[in-house]
Amino acid sequence: MPRRTPLHEAHLAAGARMVEFAGFEMPVQYQGVLEEHAAVRERSGIFDVSHMGEVVLEGPSALESAQRLVTNDLTKCKDGQAQYSALCNEQGGVIDDIIVYRFAPERLFICVNASGREKDFDWMRERKAAGTTAHQRSDDWAQVAVQGPDAPGIVDSLCLPPVLDLAYYHFREATVAGVPGCIVARTGYTGEDGFEVFCPPGSAPRIWDAFLEKGVTPCGLGARDSLRLEVAYRLYGNDMDEAHTPLEAGLGWIVKLDKPSGFVGAEALRKQKAEGLRRKLVGFKLTGKGIARHGYPVLSKGSRVGEVTSGTMSPMLKESIGLAYLPAELAREGTAFDVEIRGKPVAAQVVKTPFVTKEAQKSAPKSS
Amino acid sequence: MADYPDSLKYTKEHEWARIAGNRATMGITSFAKDQLGDVVYLELPEVGAQIVRGEPFGVVESTKAVSELFAPVTGKVTKVNKELVDAPEGINDDPYEKGWMIEVELSSPQEVSELLSAAQYQELVAQEG
Repeated sequence: MPRRTPLHEAHLAAGARMVEFAGFEMPVQYQGVLEEHAAVRERSGIFDVSHMGEVVLEGPSALESAQRLVTNDLTKCKDGQAQYSALCNEQGGVIDDIIVYRFAPERLFICVNASGREKDFDWMRERKAAGTTAHQRSDDWAQVAVQGPDAPGIVDSLCLPPVLDLAYYHFREATVAGVPGCIVARTGYTGEDGFEVFCPPGSAPRIWDAFLEKGVTPCGLGARDSLRLEVAYRLYGNDMDEAHTPLEAGLGWIVKLDKPSGFVGAEALRKQKAEGLRRKLVGFKLTGKGIARHGYPVLSKGSRVGEVTSGTMSPMLKESIGLAYLPAELAREGTAFDVEIRGKPVAAQVVKTPFVTKEAQKSAPKSS
Repeated sequence: MADYPDSLKYTKEHEWARIAGNRATMGITSFAKDQLGDVVYLELPEVGAQIVRGEPFGVVESTKAVSELFAPVTGKVTKVNKELVDAPEGINDDPYEKGWMIEVELSSPQEVSELLSAAQYQELVAQEG
């Protein structure tokens, strides 16, 4: 039986169609994916992301432990700041992509994918240094993402203290809709401005209802996927996994090979970088007709050379977009190749990502 | 609840057919539309193509799902709704009028008797839905 989030009843009340995702019963859509997608691009939308997991590393050596586990450099992340990062295996393959919230050098709050709840926790617990305790907190937090150009003002109006002054990838503890002890972070997975709010599970419906009363549109996994793909955010399990490295996945910017602590997988990644990447995750558009989907073969001169990892009809561009692993020599912008759709080759071209560029993203400082 | 006009015939695969003389126009039912979610892509045969009852004649894709279209009847394609191919969201708005896909000339008119009535189809979706 799939698990339910604390917002299950709220989803049914809002007319959600539920699907199973990573062991959870989640809303895939309410009124319709296109409508929800547009709501987030033009106004605001709210997503239940309570399936995500949380792990806390605590103790005098917590920062030192985390530094040796994650690819990014947490010494460059201040207290009150969050950092996008990855966990890699010894071969450099991606175990998970994560966000680390640095409360203090002695306390790091880590948000992991639903599929990583147990896997990431066990992996970190086994490898942490003495003087660090790893806490499994996945069932202690619910999470909603409120995204869209109107989201910051709406979230701020429900928060005490205010949160509008928070910069991109910064967070604060706050009371949200009367619920104390929430964590409010200026992060998201849609390419829009907005916040993600961690809250106690029992209070999640109260927070959810408060946002709906403010006119925020409930949005499901369908819109979450098309929104993230338009800005080429990677989806773990689709675009990267343990068989692909963050360098191949185009996440070199979160891999700090030179940090003094080193990290699990650094050696393999250094070697891969020195030898040159053989394949790369690229953005593409179909110039022929159809929609590329996860797992469709990529062809060059008739032979299979790679695979589509994500694809959709972009609701904003009305074009067929996707991500695919291509041999490095074919990964240059403008290169033509084919995607095999139902046995037939359909023309495609490597393009620059993100597919959709938002003002919010251009102005937002990227977490280093 | 979704509606299924009495004037149409239906298939178990959730296509409808409007029979007029030796011609049939066809599309997908409101049940199929609701199951698929927002339709964003449609692939249909050309005028002159032969389609065969029970076999795929095209593809409809929503934001999340790919679904084949199964021919309710056998025949030769006489018209294709090109506007719908260019703007497949017409299916979301109105699957029975704006959402018609192709018209065929029946080559085996007796097949029509094998199609489901609105009442029979309603019963089928009540079980599935």
